[in-house]
Amino acid sequence: MTDFTPVSGAIGGLIIGLSAVVLLLFKGRVAGLSGIIFGVFSKNLSEMSWRFAFLLGMVLGPLVAAPFGFNLPVKLDFSWPVILVAAFLVGFGTNMAGGCTSGHGICGVGRLAPRSITATLLFMGCAMLTVIIVNLLAGGGV
Amino acid sequence: MRILIALVSGLLFGIGLTVSQMVNPQKVLSFLDVFGDWDASLLVVMGAAFSVFSLSYWLFIHNRKLSLTGSPIASSNPAPINKQLIMGAVIFGVGWGMTGLCPGPVLANLSGGDIKIVVFALVMLLGMKTSDWVKARYLQS
Repeated sequence: MTDFTPVSGAIGGLIIGLSAVVLLLFKGRVAGLSGIIFGVFSKNLSEMSWRFAFLLGMVLGPLVAAPFGFNLPVKLDFSWPVILVAAFLVGFGTNMAGGCTSGHGICGVGRLAPRSITATLLFMGCAMLTVIIVNLLAGGGV
Repeated sequence: MRILIALVSGLLFGIGLTVSQMVNPQKVLSFLDVFGDWDASLLVVMGAAFSVFSLSYWLFIHNRKLSLTGSPIASSNPAPINKQLIMGAVIFGVGWGMTGLCPGPVLANLSGGDIKIVVFALVMLLGMKTSDWVKARYLQS
């Protein structure tokens, strides 16, 4: 599968943490991706514009990292039905729970918010269970 | 100024996801596959992000009412742990476990130009819109 990469993981994680600090300390907003993505469709111009700028940065970030040898995965090898179902569940679930891996997982847990700690344990556990079930169905063996 | 801050924060987030390889769903799936050939990298990424954010939060942000540009600091959602949170987290977890893709990495992968990522982003938006509708229609408390 993939190799354990603690050094690039730690450096990348530090940069992600810094991103969330910058947004909260300078702008007062939580770096929660599901909320920022959905909120970019706000009719209020100032609510829309900062979210758009953040998302633009997210899209451009990998291009900034590319010259340093960090690249995006070349191709996704999931079937279309898996893509469609997973995408819908991720969108529905994050909106219903009011956050995803970033908003609940990093910012909320970092603030020791009980809601976020609960959500993070639940979505991590369910994701792990899902992987186990998918592997069993695919005959991969546990 | 506030737009610039958001842009810088977004850039950092995108760079961080790329450097840590969390843009690669295979890497995420290898973490979630605890009984397989486990790759703990995601735990290191979250731990590092958590350390930086948590330390900065409790040292510099917790006691502030206003951000450095004068806007109010968003508080945590005051709602109790409710059905919506539980249901949402479970549904998100199942979706995340199917591909290893969550909202951040989907955005960061857009410049790769893979049609499957673009469709994933659009269907994810549809899921968000549907949840909004369900909340308004059936879960008004």
